[in-house]
Amino acid sequence: MSVQKKKARAGFFIILPSLIFIGIFVYYFIFLTVRTSTSNWNSFSALVKGEYQFVGLRNYQRLFKDPRFQTDLWNTLFFTLFFLAGCVGIGLFLANIIDKKLKGSNFFQNLFLFPMAISYVVTGTVWGWIFAPGNLPSDPQGINLLFQKLGLSKFQWMWYTSTKSIGKFNLALIPVIIAAVWQMSGYVMAMYLAGLRAIPEELIEASQVDGATGTQIFWKIKMPMLRPITLSAMIVIGHMSLKIFDLIYAMTGSGPNNVTDMPAIYMFEQMFRSNRYATASAIAIIMLLMVAVVIIPYLYYSFRGSK
Amino acid sequence: MAEKASKTSTIVYYIILIIFTIFYILPFYVTLSTSFKPFEEVSIATMWNLPKKPSLQGFKTAYRKLQPNLKNSFYLTIPATLISAMIGSINGFALSKLKFRYSNFLFALILFGMFIPYQSVLFPLIQFFQKTGLYGTIPALIITHVIYGIPITTLMFKNYYEEIPDELIEAASVDGANVWQSYTKILLPISIPGFVVVIIWQFTNIWNEFLFAVTITSDPTKQPITVALVNLAGSQVVQWNVQMAGALLAALPTLIVYIILGRYFVRGLLAGSVKG
Amino acid sequence: MKKWFVLILLSLVSVMTVFSQSGVVEIFSWWTGGGEEEALLATIADFEQLYPNIKVINATVAGGAGTNAKAVLKTRMLGGNPPDTFQVHAGWELTDTYVIPGLMEPLTDYLKLWDVYDKFPAGLIDIVSYEGEVYSIPLTVHRSNVIFYNKKLFKEIGLTKEPETWKEFIDALEKAKAAGYIPLAMGDKEKWEAGQIVENLMVAEFGAVNYNALFNGELSFNDKRLDSALEKMVQLMNYVNVDHAALAWQEAARLLYDDKAVFNLMGDWAEGYFKTLGWVPGEDFGWFELPGTQAVFVLISDTFGLPKNAPHRNNAIIFLEYLASVRAQEIFNPIKGSIPGRIDADPGDDPYLIETAEDFRILAISPSIVHGSAAPEAFVTSFNDAVNALVTTKNISQAKQMILWAAEDVGLVTK
Repeated sequence: MSVQKKKARAGFFIILPSLIFIGIFVYYFIFLTVRTSTSNWNSFSALVKGEYQFVGLRNYQRLFKDPRFQTDLWNTLFFTLFFLAGCVGIGLFLANIIDKKLKGSNFFQNLFLFPMAISYVVTGTVWGWIFAPGNLPSDPQGINLLFQKLGLSKFQWMWYTSTKSIGKFNLALIPVIIAAVWQMSGYVMAMYLAGLRAIPEELIEASQVDGATGTQIFWKIKMPMLRPITLSAMIVIGHMSLKIFDLIYAMTGSGPNNVTDMPAIYMFEQMFRSNRYATASAIAIIMLLMVAVVIIPYLYYSFRGSK
Repeated sequence: MAEKASKTSTIVYYIILIIFTIFYILPFYVTLSTSFKPFEEVSIATMWNLPKKPSLQGFKTAYRKLQPNLKNSFYLTIPATLISAMIGSINGFALSKLKFRYSNFLFALILFGMFIPYQSVLFPLIQFFQKTGLYGTIPALIITHVIYGIPITTLMFKNYYEEIPDELIEAASVDGANVWQSYTKILLPISIPGFVVVIIWQFTNIWNEFLFAVTITSDPTKQPITVALVNLAGSQVVQWNVQMAGALLAALPTLIVYIILGRYFVRGLLAGSVKG
Repeated sequence: MKKWFVLILLSLVSVMTVFSQSGVVEIFSWWTGGGEEEALLATIADFEQLYPNIKVINATVAGGAGTNAKAVLKTRMLGGNPPDTFQVHAGWELTDTYVIPGLMEPLTDYLKLWDVYDKFPAGLIDIVSYEGEVYSIPLTVHRSNVIFYNKKLFKEIGLTKEPETWKEFIDALEKAKAAGYIPLAMGDKEKWEAGQIVENLMVAEFGAVNYNALFNGELSFNDKRLDSALEKMVQLMNYVNVDHAALAWQEAARLLYDDKAVFNLMGDWAEGYFKTLGWVPGEDFGWFELPGTQAVFVLISDTFGLPKNAPHRNNAIIFLEYLASVRAQEIFNPIKGSIPGRIDADPGDDPYLIETAEDFRILAISPSIVHGSAAPEAFVTSFNDAVNALVTTKNISQAKQMILWAAEDVGLVTK
């Protein structure tokens, strides 16, 4: 056996245990969840009996007719959209400012990244208190109280307990989006910063000699170079957003008429409060499909090039 | 990429930075000032004020209530972090230096495990632990985090080792080192920065994790700090000073890690994205 | 003949157990804080004094108002590792989850043997029974169709008499509103709080007999009276605090204590909460039944059951007999702020509890939906969701449809 072959064999056997574990704990378990989602296990007694009765896609059909789940899907869509836009927008903006290497920019960089180190549960608890509306107009609380003190009372509103919406977009999601952007925008900023710093200095200098303005340099040179980073950031933030749970659980719960409800919250409730294991599994599989639609093409393109 | 900024634009930049600083600091301010207030002083109306008589009462109560859970979190996070870092390092070595047929495809299969919503494996996982009698224990959580940590740690180490020239390994094998020796003698000693990055990343993630924690442990004496913190609010009257002090306690270990090793933290973040 | 034989056998067994009483008994509950914990500890101390050879293992699981405990219990029951006895709300919370799958032992014969079967109201025995057998022993009783009010504000807005009809109640709410107070404090952050109001309105509309018939499968949910209950809920929404969705029940109740709100419809654990804030029942706050439900006692009850394969079954039976005794019920309940499940036990000296215990003896009993007594947990979550939607959209027909679906799902009548 050649050295090369020996090495390849060793490589395979090193990976094998991990493959087996991932095979069981990811792929086989997903299969089991799919199986549960097509069963009649919608009560504790059905589970105890353990008799598997196949009901086809009934649990899925019911979910799509369920107004709460419909709300959840819309909420996920809008939350993801604004969470992404917020993180990418603020991240890119701040990265460009920090990149000017002003005095103290290291301090700002660290500060903006700080929230990353903290659990969503902590974040949710604190922001939940800040955005608690109080009994308007007489007893404002949190940020509403701050508005009052600053003479901005007209900006007071019900925040995450508001039941107003624009089309399908529940306004109550705004404070949740703010909290999520607060947490993750620093991360995106750091990614862009690394990207900016990797752009060869000569490139910028050359275009400056050619008389390009700052704006032109930004759009014509920097942005195209940063495109892979934008893609990475969107993948990371996007898949996080599709399965968001902790932040909502700690901050708002599902809210009045489920204005801040998400599939993950509904799934948790179905599984652990209502004993509807089959319905809960169906929600989980729908969540998985949403993530897969984003991730599989990404993985495919990432690994297609390198053999 | 510093461009020369004019004076006015410098001022504008600072103003922007300060506005964002206020936004980022706001929750820290509320948390800190509330946690140092005595219970009598905690009221909605004075939420934005600094404490008049700073007191450690909130911290004392929070510590008394959360101390067992803090311990649980350490018992859980430290072994899970170390084990998953080890596995990631060996895997990363294999996938970067010992490439075999389909290794990229198999790697992609492993990597997919990092993106799945864990809800989609939750029910079988719980049943698995119930059958093995591990349900509700810290070891169950350790196993969970180690296994679902394989994709990310493998990815980070693979990226790290790919920067290291193959010639180093080849030279060693010419000198008669076998595969294991070339890993322990050549690669491992220069892996320290990689380990730091992975350990920080895993430590933060496992420490902060909530879904597995809340579903795999239901006995409060076994629960990690994140779950205990949420439950703190769930009982009777919410004592906000205790709640906020508890939030700080829960965040403290990761914040300390971050302050001391912040540079690596940034690197870890970047290594965590699939490809730059 | 056969029954006699069983009774003799049982008494022999219990005589034998008196001699062989030793070892431990494990009690599982979520009583980990405040008066509940105190009550449990006092009761355990008394039990251990009576039975010095039996050591009580007090297995409690805190957090999430019992949700953690329920999760732990399910795992233990599924894994064949049950405690000797455990706390559970009377009714479907036990029946659907543990009795129907066959994980519990019936207790009817024991209750008869101990001569306590008729010491509980028949309505309560009904709730803890399934197919004619009793499966758990009620220790505490709470009432949920009570409205508490701030006496000072009540007087200030010009009210002299507690409302007895719906119209009088609405008038009172109007007066509170005109005076600039929150008429009805509500905190439905956890959803069940609003559901609880609707279940009480349903009791008011249907009356105890028909309300109970809904859950026995004898009456269809598709009934005009359900519409009117939902309509009344919508009407009440004109009088609640705007931030109700952000508050938990304590925070809502506290609005009364802070002189900001006049009325609060809440289970009578709120009475215990007012007392811990330092309010004196009858002086600082008063109470009356939700108009239309004066003749009904909407009940939440903590009970204890006997799982099959309890590891220390004999000791568990001794402990259950003790819990069913007047002695235990009189120790536990005044501390917790509930009334005893037994009608011949003394409720203590709190004027509210005395009055409630009196009502408990004579009134018809209806089980609470949102606290798991009337219907399976799957119905409860959907019901709460429906009410939650109603509270915000005010869409009565949609809410009714959601309730009908939920009822249909668990096999109740909707045609």
